[in-house]
Amino acid sequence: MPRLTNRMLGLVPVLVLTLAACGPGDAGDPTAQGDGVPAVADGLSAGLTGAGATFPDPVYQEWIGGFIAEQSGVSITYEPIGSGGGVEQFIARQTDFGGSDAFMTDEEIAAAEAAQGFEVLHIPTVFGAVALAYNVPGVDAGLVLDADTVAAIYLGDVTAWDDDAIAALNPDVELPDIPIIPAYRSDGSGTTSIFTTYMANESEEWADAIGAGKEVSWPTGVGGQGNDGVAAAIAQNEGGLGYVELSFAIETGLATAAVMNEDGKPVAPSLESTAAAADGIDIPDDLRFSILDVGGDAYPIAGATWVLAYTGGYDPAEADALRAFLTWALEEGDGTAEDLLYAPISDSLQERALANVERINEEG
Amino acid sequence: MSDQAPPGSTLRATGRGRRADPIFGYVLLTAGAAVLLILGLMVVYTTTDALPVLRREGLGFLTGTTWDPGVSRSAITGTYQALVFIFGTLMSSAIALVLAVPIAVGIALYLTDIAGPRIRRPLINLVEALAAVPSVIYGLWGLHFFSPHVLKPVGDLIVGAFGFVPFLSGPVINTSYFVAGNVLAIMILPIITAVAREVFEQVPDGERYAAYALGATRWEVIRHVVLHRGRPGVIGASMIGLGRALGETIAVAMLIGGAQRLNVGLFDQGESVAAKIVNTFQEAAPENILALTALGVVLFAVTVVVNLLARVVARRLEVAA
Repeated sequence: MPRLTNRMLGLVPVLVLTLAACGPGDAGDPTAQGDGVPAVADGLSAGLTGAGATFPDPVYQEWIGGFIAEQSGVSITYEPIGSGGGVEQFIARQTDFGGSDAFMTDEEIAAAEAAQGFEVLHIPTVFGAVALAYNVPGVDAGLVLDADTVAAIYLGDVTAWDDDAIAALNPDVELPDIPIIPAYRSDGSGTTSIFTTYMANESEEWADAIGAGKEVSWPTGVGGQGNDGVAAAIAQNEGGLGYVELSFAIETGLATAAVMNEDGKPVAPSLESTAAAADGIDIPDDLRFSILDVGGDAYPIAGATWVLAYTGGYDPAEADALRAFLTWALEEGDGTAEDLLYAPISDSLQERALANVERINEEG
Repeated sequence: MSDQAPPGSTLRATGRGRRADPIFGYVLLTAGAAVLLILGLMVVYTTTDALPVLRREGLGFLTGTTWDPGVSRSAITGTYQALVFIFGTLMSSAIALVLAVPIAVGIALYLTDIAGPRIRRPLINLVEALAAVPSVIYGLWGLHFFSPHVLKPVGDLIVGAFGFVPFLSGPVINTSYFVAGNVLAIMILPIITAVAREVFEQVPDGERYAAYALGATRWEVIRHVVLHRGRPGVIGASMIGLGRALGETIAVAMLIGGAQRLNVGLFDQGESVAAKIVNTFQEAAPENILALTALGVVLFAVTVVVNLLARVVARRLEVAA
């Protein structure tokens, strides 16, 4: 057996690298631009990047996984950096598509169209609802609240759980005389945006004192970081009340309140009542809408999340891949969304969303 | 004068060695200059970015308590005043320091003067292991275990006994300056202990033995020799710990309570500068990002001022000693 010299040891990495380089190459280049490269019949070939909202990230990742399992020539990455960052990157065209929990403002759309020379398309993908979770000893379920009462609580006007305003909505419930500890999100988030947009629409005092947006000014209460922070503030402090994403509330088993909708009916938050929310509202042509003044069987505190795209400026292969992905997601992705506790968009809205998807890269 | 090194020596006294020396000096100079350059560039760039906000708010940026961000892409439309966050940073860091320094000094003294050799090494490793825990883990552990199961009972006791004092009035909620300060204390403990231990080890053994020879007890030796000699070093260690506490981000963001009003009680909620930045920069509009940059500049300035003050205090104590 020859002695293992240093020189022999040095050959090992060389051999390893040589073998690796001689191995089978990649099965197709997922980032091919498509120009001049004949695409396989039926097969798409492109690399897409998206960034934005964190709220729909779980369902987007599942959709991406499902789509590229069918279309192996496509690679899609979505980075949940937040709606603000997503919109900024979309305006600067550092990504192919954006994700946002709030539709772009007129100012943002003007900036995008000025910078890129193409129209901005809003494509709603799923709905989310915001549930009001509470920790009231003795009340395990079935608490009813309405917008005026919630506004009074967060403004500091109603400070105890046995206040007349709450008792009036819950005549059969034994409410203890303990202080209410309202909790809010200390970080900027789409959940806050949905909740405050609803509240500002329902209550003038709220619109004046607190306003609406991803980050607002809270006169009183405790801030929690993320859904987890708010849930901890509710669960660990007796008398806590706070707003969390519905999917989070369902997953962690928090007690949630039924909220009075426009028709005076108290509706508990669920996937069904969330999906019903967008049915009755007037959705404008550009699909930028807020879910407000909902009645019927719908839960009133809900909002949509959008994918953002342009009407031009894509490579043909990229545009084909993006359209195919979004069409697939909207048509085939309902089951996945529901499994992950997101409410898929209604059929009528889906038709209009698909029409917008068709407009991607229409100007070339 | 011989240019030759002594026989058997690996030192080079030849020309090559003589050239290497100044080159080595320049390499070290470059390293030091690079650090200063990076620091200078950071300060210059962040301050330049933040100037529109700072100019608009003026001194009110430091003394006002209204933080109301706007959503504009082109102009500054919001109100940005940082006193709530500056106060939160200073308050939580002060609590951390008050709790951590005595314990850290105690651990360091135990390790240098009392512990036997067999227990020293494992204990040193254990304390330094605390420094390896990521900040977010401290935050999660603090939020889900330490606050509800340890700090709330302690807080309730304090409020029960001293609640009539406005500073110590309740109610005790799961997040507050108290909670953030306690977890911060645990986070800065390892670094203060490590530096203090080094400092106490530097105290000459001769002085210790002399004190023992004069009949001093162990406590008297520690008090009059070790602590006395080590005081500037302990202050230095505390400053390092304070610097860490001032900048600590995630754990504080999870534990300080995210308040937007200036609250001054120990068990009240607040917000720190770093926590505000990390909480809001992702969803922030362009003008808000400039304001957050201004917050960063302010934090940097606060850290520098606090360090300077500490050096002045240390100098005074040294002179008085």
